[in-house]
Amino acid sequence: MSSLSVSDAATPRAQADPATPLAVKVEHLSVTYRTSIEKAPTFRNTISRMGRGQRVVREVQAVNDVSFEVPTGTVLGIIGANGAGKSTLMRTIAGILPPSQGRVEVHGQVSTLLSLGVGFNGQLTGRENVVLGGLARGLSREQVQDKYEQIAEFSELGEMMDMPMRTYSSGHGARLGFSIAVHMEPDILLIDEALSTGDARFKRKSAQKMRELVAQARTLFLVSHALGTVKELCEEALWLHQGRLVMRGPTDEVVAAYAEFQEVGETATTLEDF
Amino acid sequence: MKALVRTGRQPAPSVPVQVYTAQRMRLPRLGTYLSDLWTRRHFAQHLIRTQLRTQQSGTVFGQLWLVINPLMLALIYFVLTNILRERSGGAPFLAHLTVCVFAFHLVSTSVTSSARSVTRSGKLILNTAFPRSLLPIAAVLTAFVRFLPTMLVYAVIHLYAGLPIGWHLLWALPVLAELVVFSLGIGLAVSALQVYFRDLSNFLPYAVRLWLYSSPVLYYVDEVPHGIKPLLAWNPLVPMLASWSRVLPEGHVPHLHLMLQGAAWALGALVVGGLFFVSREREFAVRL
Repeated sequence: MSSLSVSDAATPRAQADPATPLAVKVEHLSVTYRTSIEKAPTFRNTISRMGRGQRVVREVQAVNDVSFEVPTGTVLGIIGANGAGKSTLMRTIAGILPPSQGRVEVHGQVSTLLSLGVGFNGQLTGRENVVLGGLARGLSREQVQDKYEQIAEFSELGEMMDMPMRTYSSGHGARLGFSIAVHMEPDILLIDEALSTGDARFKRKSAQKMRELVAQARTLFLVSHALGTVKELCEEALWLHQGRLVMRGPTDEVVAAYAEFQEVGETATTLEDF
Repeated sequence: MKALVRTGRQPAPSVPVQVYTAQRMRLPRLGTYLSDLWTRRHFAQHLIRTQLRTQQSGTVFGQLWLVINPLMLALIYFVLTNILRERSGGAPFLAHLTVCVFAFHLVSTSVTSSARSVTRSGKLILNTAFPRSLLPIAAVLTAFVRFLPTMLVYAVIHLYAGLPIGWHLLWALPVLAELVVFSLGIGLAVSALQVYFRDLSNFLPYAVRLWLYSSPVLYYVDEVPHGIKPLLAWNPLVPMLASWSRVLPEGHVPHLHLMLQGAAWALGALVVGGLFFVSREREFAVRL
């Protein structure tokens, strides 16, 4: 199964130029977290649960001993079934979730567009959400002001920028989210399932913008179930299954293997036995 | 599965490098954390500004409400205590009551509004890496800004009652600092607990009311019967409010031991609440 071997996966570009600087290095990363499976964590439930002697904290091993390196300028697609750990991996690279084991090294400013969308407070206007989001990412006030104009223009929301975000449709929210993420001038952009809600025109526009970012030698991680998008945008892909790295290589090969796996329904264990 | 190793690849020197490693201890390095906090101060500033704007302070009546609400509370308590107490306390007691109600209001709004500050910001926490303690800090500072105009109301009462004016009034500043630092400590603790116990903010109003009655607001600290006094030693607000009342309406320099007790409670609350919050905040993203 040599085609599945990760060490085969160096991209043509990387081979041609070994001096390309590193963007992200993930070493033996495992992320395990404890989460509550209660409907609502409250004192009331805790007390009545203690009476019954139940436990509602569950350990989730979302990412399991994953290692890979990504050179600057790569567009990396991340694919895998639901619950494969894709979003957790993205959050760990963004520094939102702490690793349980292993190490993540990130070179450069990261900007995220993660699956839960933007927005901080539905009561606040789009404008205020943009400013607060930018400041929370660590930008200065002047930088946020500069970027605000570009964001507003790219999102094409016009007057809606001054309306509370709760009045936005999911498509409007997604457009604003994408505009914020790409205009933060990140060195590394993480996009998680966020392109699906825009309309066709905005999708084209965002694909165009992503190609621009890549042309500027930015690194881009794209999590998507739309294999077509992954094939179109990414030169390399990474396939996760149940927290493990199954395969990494040129997009076409990985996507083909993944598609076959989903049809055939092989278990990950058969793929692990290299 | 072997790690992908590419030799000879060096990171570019100019870009900032972040390294995330597994931490046995739950606490991040405090120096880094504090400097991170400082670089994001504009976020807190802007959050305070939007909070002030959305909490009805953008309009004329909204601004007035900041003053009317605590003033009405003080007047209600003044009438109430005058009925319950045999004698009328007169203008000096009115001054004591209002200034202490205002100070207590600062503490209680700090605590109640920071309680929901983290759980309310779910999406931001899930999508952005930043020091989470900025959220309760902003809530407490918002309460502080909203407290300031009430001091103008007190100034009018102070002048009307003909209470002493002098350099001793400056002692109000360290007492105020104690109150704010203490509120911040409690706010940090409460906002982290709220993540784990979502009904905490429903209990808080009752706890706050009980706290008000067990603090020297509706009475002078000297009026407390001797049998109950040892119990009051466990209320952190007693030394702070006693000093506050002694400085502003009573016109004396505060007792040193009360100032020190207040400072100890304030710093203790900040350290305990802060460490609890910071040790837990990396987990918030999976608990929201």
